[in-house]
Amino acid sequence: MLSHLRSIGLALSHTFAKRETIEYPDEKVDLAARYRGRIVLTRDPDGMERCVGCYLCAAACPVDCISLQATNDEETGRRYPETFRINFSRCIFCGYCEEACPTYAIQLIPDYEICEYDRKNLVYEKEDLLIAGQGKQHGYNFYRVAGMAVEGKNKGEGENELPPVDVKGLMPLVVDKLIG
Amino acid sequence: MAKIKINGKELEVDPNKNLLEASISAGFDVPYFCWHPKLGSIGSCRQCAVVKYRDENDKVGRVVMSCMEPASEGSIISTEAPQAKEFRANVIEALMTNHPHDCPVCDEGGECHLQDMTVMSGHTNRRFEFEKRTHNNQYLGPFINHEMNRCIQCYRCVRYYRDYAGGDDLNVFSSRNRVYFGRASEGVLESEFSGNLVEVCPTGVFTDKTLKKHHTRKWDLTTAPSICVHCSVGCNTIAGERYGTVRRIYSRYNEQVNGYFLCDRGRFGYEFVNSDQRITKYIIPGSTEGVSKSAAFDFISKSIKGKKVIGVGSPRASLETNFALKQFVGSENFSVGLSKRDYQLAKLAVDTLINGSVKSPSLKDVEKSESVFVLGEDVTQTAPMLALAIRQAIKNLVKPKADKAGIPQWNDAPVREIIQSAHGPLHIAAPVATRLDDVATTTYFSAPENIARLGYAVAHFINTKLVLPSGLTDEVKTLAEKIANDLLSSDKPLIVSGVHCKSSEVIKAASDVATALKSAGKSVSLSYTFEESNSVGVTMLDGKPLEELFDEAKSSKAGVLVIVENDLYRRLGKEKIDAYLSQFEQIIVLDHNETETTAKATVVLPVGTFSEADGTFINQEGRAQRFYQVFVPETDTPESWRRIAELGNATEKPFIENSFFDFTSSVANSLPQFKGIANIAPPPDFKVLGQKVARESIRYSGRTAMKANINIHELKPVNDIDSALSFTMEGYHGEAPSALTTSYWSPGWNSAQAINKYQIEVGGALHGGDPGLRLIEPTVDKESYFQTIPEAFKISAKGLTTVPVYRIFGSEELSTKSPAIIERSGNAFIGLHPADAKRAELKNDDKLEISIGGQLATVNVIIMNELAEGLAGVSAGYKGVNPEMSEVTFKK
Repeated sequence: MLSHLRSIGLALSHTFAKRETIEYPDEKVDLAARYRGRIVLTRDPDGMERCVGCYLCAAACPVDCISLQATNDEETGRRYPETFRINFSRCIFCGYCEEACPTYAIQLIPDYEICEYDRKNLVYEKEDLLIAGQGKQHGYNFYRVAGMAVEGKNKGEGENELPPVDVKGLMPLVVDKLIG
Repeated sequence: MAKIKINGKELEVDPNKNLLEASISAGFDVPYFCWHPKLGSIGSCRQCAVVKYRDENDKVGRVVMSCMEPASEGSIISTEAPQAKEFRANVIEALMTNHPHDCPVCDEGGECHLQDMTVMSGHTNRRFEFEKRTHNNQYLGPFINHEMNRCIQCYRCVRYYRDYAGGDDLNVFSSRNRVYFGRASEGVLESEFSGNLVEVCPTGVFTDKTLKKHHTRKWDLTTAPSICVHCSVGCNTIAGERYGTVRRIYSRYNEQVNGYFLCDRGRFGYEFVNSDQRITKYIIPGSTEGVSKSAAFDFISKSIKGKKVIGVGSPRASLETNFALKQFVGSENFSVGLSKRDYQLAKLAVDTLINGSVKSPSLKDVEKSESVFVLGEDVTQTAPMLALAIRQAIKNLVKPKADKAGIPQWNDAPVREIIQSAHGPLHIAAPVATRLDDVATTTYFSAPENIARLGYAVAHFINTKLVLPSGLTDEVKTLAEKIANDLLSSDKPLIVSGVHCKSSEVIKAASDVATALKSAGKSVSLSYTFEESNSVGVTMLDGKPLEELFDEAKSSKAGVLVIVENDLYRRLGKEKIDAYLSQFEQIIVLDHNETETTAKATVVLPVGTFSEADGTFINQEGRAQRFYQVFVPETDTPESWRRIAELGNATEKPFIENSFFDFTSSVANSLPQFKGIANIAPPPDFKVLGQKVARESIRYSGRTAMKANINIHELKPVNDIDSALSFTMEGYHGEAPSALTTSYWSPGWNSAQAINKYQIEVGGALHGGDPGLRLIEPTVDKESYFQTIPEAFKISAKGLTTVPVYRIFGSEELSTKSPAIIERSGNAFIGLHPADAKRAELKNDDKLEISIGGQLATVNVIIMNELAEGLAGVSAGYKGVNPEMSEVTFKK
């Protein structure tokens, strides 16, 4: 008997507790920056596309909802995705793609408002995914640390790189650098 | 056999192998870089360290390089000992200090031997904080991309390119951490086998430039076992597709045929599949834009009714396709699709192999030969992989030098040091300079008649009962005697000839030399090269040459002509074909790419290329090999045999056969010469663990997104009724029977080096045997000779006598629709003797209009010092050049 009363009292006391339900959509939920919502493709600090079309996100995706085709910019030497498609009607927002991305290009952002009446509207192409900014990860530029030469960064001009080897030289490589 | 112990496991191994080979063959994972089953060991990468113990009581042992230690009796090693593991981890950490951070943009990523070995050795965290060495890259031509930063100095590239493939324009420069692998100056890699660098390089220094243009990871490719369509050797390949286009060709290991390698035409010639000249529409009279399938077939059944139909098959179409056409039109109305001369040559060569007493060798047999005599062929241009095998064969007689010095054959560097540039006898007689001349013992350049006469003279000196051609110069006699003595001094002589100098006498002379050697008790082999992938198959199927079929058609008033996968303008002169074609009311052409013939057709039906078709090719050795459809095309391009069955069903001649297996069984059961070809690969109902073998990898990506822009609903995958393969990732992913190998993969081995896991012993046969069935074996022991000695060549008064000159890039039909090959093929040319050129006041690179049988073509002049006077070497297979190659005249 006593336990019944105690239970009723406990239930009634919740009437005065702080409400968890919010008046969506008038009121928006406060999300952590790390919330895994809509997927975007970001740009590096120089405003260039970060994605280099390595296919790792597509390989990591457990529902296989990412497909892309890499291509090369013959002028600049950069590799970028010619097409990039995410089928959000299949996406489970697991974030594996973000985890797999070696260039911080693909990121999940705290935006969950992507409902559609028609499933086919959930297929996002590259122009729907690519944003203007760097997203959550600031300052990283893949081509600065990778060995490939691209426009604006020749061989040996990347971070922690010696100038290109002179095949006919005889001195240790560091000496080459000191002489210039 | 030697008894050895690896990780406590007792094994019996071949003592002529090294411990690395023994460990890998036994299934242990030992990392390595510089060792390659075909290149041997040099011990430069220090990655295959293991601990070797003195005896059972030795608990400490010492670290040794397993690739440099023989698998001698009583060896006890551990691949897992802590010292060995630590040593290997340190080595790979040092190797990786300079490796750039660019796997995401590296085409090798995902199938990189360096990635695999790094993971295997346990190097996961980079401690090196100092600066990385960088290198400038070189332009190496349209096939190979160069990124020197990724190099780990294993030396495999130069060892392959120079020592194995005989190239001399790729080398290693400088020393220490300046070591550079490339050319002395930027430029196109000259070797015809440069594409193998892609597979030989353990990392991404040399990558496939054609793949880079439409880059796809290995795990995303839909792959199927295929056969190369670009020459008669029939190398085994793996073709990979993504988004409806073929992305690359990789070699598929077959010990008997191509082993680990491919030639550049086979590897980079595939892009005709993706060409913008592909035929995808049904064309009928009055519609250039194309009509629906039903409209096209309605038209055909109406216009074909009551009319006589004749058919032209093709040596580049599968056996099943040619068989289906022969059934459809009837034997008496079927042509093999070759000109009379070409068919007679092919038939002569095939009959010589079938009825003769000499064996036609597999490429593996070629590699084991000891002395070689080539008659009338530039093998590198006409059957490239055969040339690569010949390069290996001529080392066999000098290799025993190393045995005398007590050095095992796998120990590459000292073996080369001992044999230096010495090699066994290779004698070449050809109309023009060949790409094997650099290793030839003697060369003889003359007209085909004179080559045949030299051949008969050689046969005479082997078996003096045979006639010596009269009127030979002393020089030729001495040469013939030397060749005869060289061939007789080895146990396994090899005679190579073929159809490419268009001379039946050369083919006969080659046979006589081989037969004479056979009677001298040698285990001789005789290899003929043919022009196309299924030349032997269509010749064995039998039919009429083009001229005969068309002349008969004229008298019998045949109204309808069906041409399957054949450009007749590559068979006979333009005037002749124009005249022949004008006699038909309907010309129905089935082809995959636009040709001059499809332009003349009234009805064009689209069909699939090798990557959209199942079929069987018979190679120059007489080996029947199966190739499989790679993907389901978006376009309506079925196999040609299926298309012919549809044609039959639309007329009064319905086909009983429905699937590929029906057709191939029908061929095997109805024609005794093809007995057994239905069983060269598992039947379509074959399953492993209740599943078909998957064409896509277990990590195939994008399944629910690739076509989501077209249709959000994922459609049911197409069931493959023709083979034991499934079109999707659903299916069996382990090791399937060798004929069904869709890709090489094993846990921890993502690169092509996973082939080790598919072999009984590294570098040996595949589990369950190598695929393919030899249809031609010598059955008779009776020696028969031709002895039809031709007259010596006389300079014609009318003009220069043409000899066709073949080019690996440019002479073959399909590959010349691929951009990378086009870049290498250059213009049509005429080769002239310096005296002939001087008389006509011509010099190198002059533009010239030539006339062969009245057909004009504009060509470049090349002065060929080796060419005999009175001969003109005309580029074969180039656009506009009369394929009949009779006499040539020209005006400046």
